[in-house]
Amino acid sequence: MSLLTIAFTLLFYFATATLLAGLAYRIRLYAVTPAPLRIPTTPAPITRSGVARRMFFEVTLFNSLFKSNKWIWLFGWVFHAALLFVLLRHLRYFTDPVWSWVNLIQPIGKYAAFAMVAGLAGLWARRLLVDRVRYISSPSDHLMLALLIGIGLTGLGMSYVAHTDIVAVKAFFLGLMYFDWQPMPADPLLVLHLLMVALLMIIFPFSKLLHAPGVFFSPTRNQVDNPREKRHMPTRETAATESAG
Amino acid sequence: MADFETPALKPYPEIPPIEIGVMAHSKPFVAKEDHQQKIGFPGELIDNWQQVAIDKMGELVDNSRGLRVFLDSCVKCGACTDKCHYYLGTSDPNNMPVARQDLFRSVYRRYFTLAGKYFPALVGARDLDQGVLDEWYSYFHQCSQCRRCSVYCPYGIDTAEISMAAREIMDTVGVGQKYCNEIIGKAQTIGNNLGLPEPALADTLEGLEEDIEDETGVTVRMPLDEKGADVLLVTPSADFFAEPHVDGLIGYAKVFHQAGLSWTLSSYASEAANFGMFIGSYDNMQKLALRVREAALELGVKRIVFGECGHAWRVAYSFLNTLAGPFDFLDPNYPIPQHVCEVTYDLIQRNALKLDPSANDDMVLTFHDSCNVSRGSRMGNFEGGQFVIPRAVIKASCNNFYDMPSDTIGEATFCCGGGGGLLTDDLVELRVKGSLPRMEALKQVVDDHGVTHMAAICAICKSQFSKVLPYYGFEMDQVVSVHQLVSNAIVLGNEH
Repeated sequence: MSLLTIAFTLLFYFATATLLAGLAYRIRLYAVTPAPLRIPTTPAPITRSGVARRMFFEVTLFNSLFKSNKWIWLFGWVFHAALLFVLLRHLRYFTDPVWSWVNLIQPIGKYAAFAMVAGLAGLWARRLLVDRVRYISSPSDHLMLALLIGIGLTGLGMSYVAHTDIVAVKAFFLGLMYFDWQPMPADPLLVLHLLMVALLMIIFPFSKLLHAPGVFFSPTRNQVDNPREKRHMPTRETAATESAG
Repeated sequence: MADFETPALKPYPEIPPIEIGVMAHSKPFVAKEDHQQKIGFPGELIDNWQQVAIDKMGELVDNSRGLRVFLDSCVKCGACTDKCHYYLGTSDPNNMPVARQDLFRSVYRRYFTLAGKYFPALVGARDLDQGVLDEWYSYFHQCSQCRRCSVYCPYGIDTAEISMAAREIMDTVGVGQKYCNEIIGKAQTIGNNLGLPEPALADTLEGLEEDIEDETGVTVRMPLDEKGADVLLVTPSADFFAEPHVDGLIGYAKVFHQAGLSWTLSSYASEAANFGMFIGSYDNMQKLALRVREAALELGVKRIVFGECGHAWRVAYSFLNTLAGPFDFLDPNYPIPQHVCEVTYDLIQRNALKLDPSANDDMVLTFHDSCNVSRGSRMGNFEGGQFVIPRAVIKASCNNFYDMPSDTIGEATFCCGGGGGLLTDDLVELRVKGSLPRMEALKQVVDDHGVTHMAAICAICKSQFSKVLPYYGFEMDQVVSVHQLVSNAIVLGNEH
């Protein structure tokens, strides 16, 4: 086995373990931390099912962001929706035979990559051009966008410019999953793409990407507005059930 | 009037370009040693304050899911940057909600996150030093905890929670704010924020009874500490003497009188506002809340009703049950606690009040939704009742009503500029500038519809507007109490 294959085999095991363990640790922390008081941003739903509806539209349509700023909403929503299709499309490299619905969305997923990069570019343009957003940006905020755009562009490069051997790529990842390790193609675009993906997986649980699990635990969004009817008495023990969106 | 320039009212609201540091000088007076110690905090900055502050931060994050999630989740998207009235009025970028949070988050990242420990410059993490503490003191006293930013944040990040935590940490190391902490001490010993003792209160109420009788010829009582009354009214102490607050109090008394309700005020719990919330101190907030419970038990009442007070209503509606419950000794047929607007609204719905709206024909009204009522509480038994019910009460009491632009009312309402413990003369510049968005919205309905008066249901809003309206070319008495309108319109007598 080549050095490259060994390095990437180890890298992806490490990245996956970090992502899963890091997220599990963080989510557990959110779940067991009590919310001492009722603080939903009102007007808020007065029933559990109402809260579920509020959360559903918040995470699928970004309701609050839509109220706030149409440009950020447009770029942000397009990026996230496109990312979803791109990720689902990538299931074809991890399943054999490929699930039929994954085949079905394959064409959408391929074009979604353009939308994803466009959305990210829009967000980055705002970060550079709007004085208020520039002021609040740290180097890590720019680098995060660079990383995501890098992943998108190298991916697009392999789809439309310099094809890589996707059969070998798939064999490599199936090998990782079934502990039957296979060589990784030494294609520069692929190496770059996977390097950046692994990096993203590793920094996910330590960065602002925690907004993904965080939103479900946000008390201003997931609490029921019924403090007069039901006495809110949280403890560390009851926090987990109370916070279950 | 002061050594700063009042912002100009523009025909269309504009988002100003950032001007770094222009409000760094704005700081409230620091609490004196005895103000601090009275409410359980060190009298002055302690020696090992950095370590104590960091430990306190850890403790707060560990015990507040909101704080933990809010500190982790911000992606710096910028959605909140143009939502704070203090940013819109001052242009200081540290008054953008995300930047204000980052004053806190940068310290959190440094001491509590892997990235901040090893790559501080990369993620904007900072050591907690004197400079940071000074910035905290300045800018966490430029947040009125109005929660407008939390409406627009895609993760519901509430800067109010972060401001409260920062103030709690500052109190813990001995740097408190004079206005809030002195008042909390007074409310915990005397029973109200103004420090009015029982005899003064009794005297004031007697005077008000005489005024009502002189004016209407009807004897309307203002009972104090009457055991066995059905309703305990807890109202902000400003209602006892300030204008236009006192006209609201007269309105509540007339409503109770006309509805035939037996009610009483308590000299022990003669304050609805709970400044413990402003400084993020659960213990102090609970101590104040428990006074309401104790008064209700002592007087043997069946119901608790709160007067017009925004932050008071948030604590009463959202927190009282947690802090001082369970209230199983009260009549479960009424909401516990109930807002005075809910009481009046129910009576209007049942045709139990006779209102003559023409009594207010000398006014054209609009309504200022108070921030903490709008985004931190509810009225009635339906979502958004806090917007519907006060308007229904106003419209039943007057003939001329126009709402301000829709992006400045309801859940999008702008703070008056004096909430969250900032209603003090040492912060007048901030208060004037922070009221700009509300003043612009008011100007619009004044120009378009000839609005003459703005009604409010919050003691802070009323005091703040009385102070800042003249800076913008309005008259100080253009702000009125909602129950002042009811008071004018209500027909007293026995026709029912």
